Amino acid sequence: MSDQTTSGPVLAADGTPLKRSLARALRLQKMRALALIAPLLLFVLITFIAPIADMLFRSVENQIVSETLPQTVVALADWDPTTGEAPDEAVYRALAADLKVAVEDKTHTRLGSRLNYELTGASSLFRKSGRKVKRMDLESDTSFKEAFTDIDRKWGEVAIWETIQTYSPKYTNGYFLNAVDMRKGPDGPEARPENQQIYMMLFGRTLFMSLVITMSCIILGYPVAWLLANLPTRTSNLLMILVLLPFWTSLLVRTSAWKVMLQQQGVINDTLVWLGLVADDARLVMINNQFGTIVAMTHILLPFMILPMYSVMQTIQPSYLRAAKSMGATNWTAFWRVYFPQSVPGIGAGSILVFILSIGYYITPEIVGGNTGTFISNRIAYHISSSLNWGLAAALGAILLAVVLLLYYVYDKIVGIDNVKLGG
Amino acid sequence: MKPLNLLMATTALAIAGGMASAQDMTDEMTIVSWGGAYSNSQQKAYHEPYMEKTGVKIINDESSAEAVAKLRAMNEAGNVTWDVVDVVASDAIRLCDEGLAMEIDPDTQLAAAPDGTSAADDFGDLLVSECFIPQIVYSTAFGYRTDLVGDTPPDDICDVFDTETYPGKRSLEKRPINNMEWALLCDGVAKDDVYDVLATAEGQEQALAKLDTIKDDVIWWSAGADTPQLLADGEVVMGSTYNGRLFSVIEEQKQPVAMLWDAQVFDLDGWIIPAGLSEERKARALDYIMFATDTQRLADQAKYISYGPARASSAPLVGQHAELGIDMAPHMPTDPANAKNTFLYNYEFWADYRDDIDAKFQAWLAK
Repeated sequence: MSDQTTSGPVLAADGTPLKRSLARALRLQKMRALALIAPLLLFVLITFIAPIADMLFRSVENQIVSETLPQTVVALADWDPTTGEAPDEAVYRALAADLKVAVEDKTHTRLGSRLNYELTGASSLFRKSGRKVKRMDLESDTSFKEAFTDIDRKWGEVAIWETIQTYSPKYTNGYFLNAVDMRKGPDGPEARPENQQIYMMLFGRTLFMSLVITMSCIILGYPVAWLLANLPTRTSNLLMILVLLPFWTSLLVRTSAWKVMLQQQGVINDTLVWLGLVADDARLVMINNQFGTIVAMTHILLPFMILPMYSVMQTIQPSYLRAAKSMGATNWTAFWRVYFPQSVPGIGAGSILVFILSIGYYITPEIVGGNTGTFISNRIAYHISSSLNWGLAAALGAILLAVVLLLYYVYDKIVGIDNVKLGG
Repeated sequence: MKPLNLLMATTALAIAGGMASAQDMTDEMTIVSWGGAYSNSQQKAYHEPYMEKTGVKIINDESSAEAVAKLRAMNEAGNVTWDVVDVVASDAIRLCDEGLAMEIDPDTQLAAAPDGTSAADDFGDLLVSECFIPQIVYSTAFGYRTDLVGDTPPDDICDVFDTETYPGKRSLEKRPINNMEWALLCDGVAKDDVYDVLATAEGQEQALAKLDTIKDDVIWWSAGADTPQLLADGEVVMGSTYNGRLFSVIEEQKQPVAMLWDAQVFDLDGWIIPAGLSEERKARALDYIMFATDTQRLADQAKYISYGPARASSAPLVGQHAELGIDMAPHMPTDPANAKNTFLYNYEFWADYRDDIDAKFQAWLAK
């Protein structure tokens, strides 16, 4: 009997092998867990991941050219722009045929707006040609080249054809090139003229200012968090309300309040002039620049730094400090060698929160940033709502997202993401 | 519903190609506008009389500033929730180009003037796009602090660039449109040549170089309410904004501010109807538009805000401010005394050059 049990598989009570029975039980458990989180998972997938993926996809998507001008794109494929000559009659005939269809569907002006991002003047060129192409007759007309150059001489030049040819593939890296101050040239990517370069500088400025804001939040928030964690409950509760109060005030109100404080006829300048510290005709410029943005954003994001620090500091036993001092440590040594290392997870959590929030901040830099304090997000907003260049906005957003993920990875390597605590 | 209105509505419907009868109109509609004093003037001049007449419920949405982007998103999602949208003319042109707004036939879908002039003639050149129904003419002009400019108040646009005679900050809009024109005008370019010069790379450089001379003295605004606030605080000595905002600072809030009308830039604001509405909603929207853009209604709006009505036939009907009781005509940008030297926003030029010049302008601004 003992021989049988050692040689055969271990059986569960119902006679099935224990391994399989266990696996089934585990699988059931997993399914149940999955079913429990399914609503949330679906919600996040549908309302968060899918729209972001859809938006990011626009940064490479370029079907509009080949869909609006299918015949032209094919006819143009063999044309060589370096000859410096406009394409031949067949291409113009194809263009006439395509535009006739496009005008019916009213998509020609849409294509014009798209190509205008790459070539100034394309917008009105397509609008104008759309009106006149209706009168062309595909059967009887003989020279479409002449007809089109009569509408606008730009049709006889290389530039517009080169742009159509360059952007005829279904997918393009043009938006991403634009987002890093480059453009598609005849010999591959090339730098944009210096007077149009702006995005790399804005990315750099956004990262730099976010870092400064995070640092100022650490410096200002640390003592407050320490007080909150170490004062008697009654006083610390009062302090806590003061920390939370800004949370309950509208972001716009807080930003506008800083305007009133910092402007040249504002409270601070008035006080300084009254005290005689600053001459009336040399009032300090503290708003509509980087300084104003940093001050306002530090104030707005401070609670996001204080709260994680506070909850971590609460868990640090005061007896450790007393123990250190009883062994002869000075106040500074006890703090720096015993207390501070234990509070680092709180700083880490707060810094990640503040840094990631500030890197994508929009409204405060828009209001108080002037021209030296605006972020990359202000340009993204401009391209979403004003210029309607969603492809470029998506490319800028994708780069920003990639930068955040990269920094997160670097942070994980240096500090370790396990070493981040929101409390407990 | 009154018989006349019924008749008008059926005509509108029949022309819209619908088989539906006048009964098939929604009894609720969402109208999008700019908010603030402007929406208030529309509420009193258009919405309230219309609701009273038809019993329709009008829901206001203050999203005009983001209307183009939102309409595009709604269109892609296949769920357009707006019925009538108030936009500036340049946005209407973009919406029309993108196929997001419906084309309007002024002769059949808009009311004729009382004397029988067709709507197309009454609006004239202001019908800048097939999709656009003009409502008001407004202008972007300068206001200055009367107490900060000494004994010689500015009367020339180039005084904005003269920081020696008029020291202090100025506020300008954070975009190239208008600023580039003013800069060239004050750099010796003749008014008729401004857009030819601005179409060249050298001309754009020239305009930016002129703006560079006052760059340190400029506060850049992006919301129409900024300049009035900056003027009221004494933060700037002069600044550009929409003339209706300045009217409110001068006449309603009685601040020491006066108008500098020289080289004001006219622009248009009006309605569009989104493309892709259901027949019932389209019929309702057209019915509203027919009512709200007739001669009397446009003149009524000028009782509440200092923007000029877009119909020629409305101008003689402009009277006094409804609450302040002052004559509105001298405050209109179109008044002959104010309109000695004016620009009209060049829609075609900016539709083409906006992306290019904006890139250069923003790069210059960020330097």
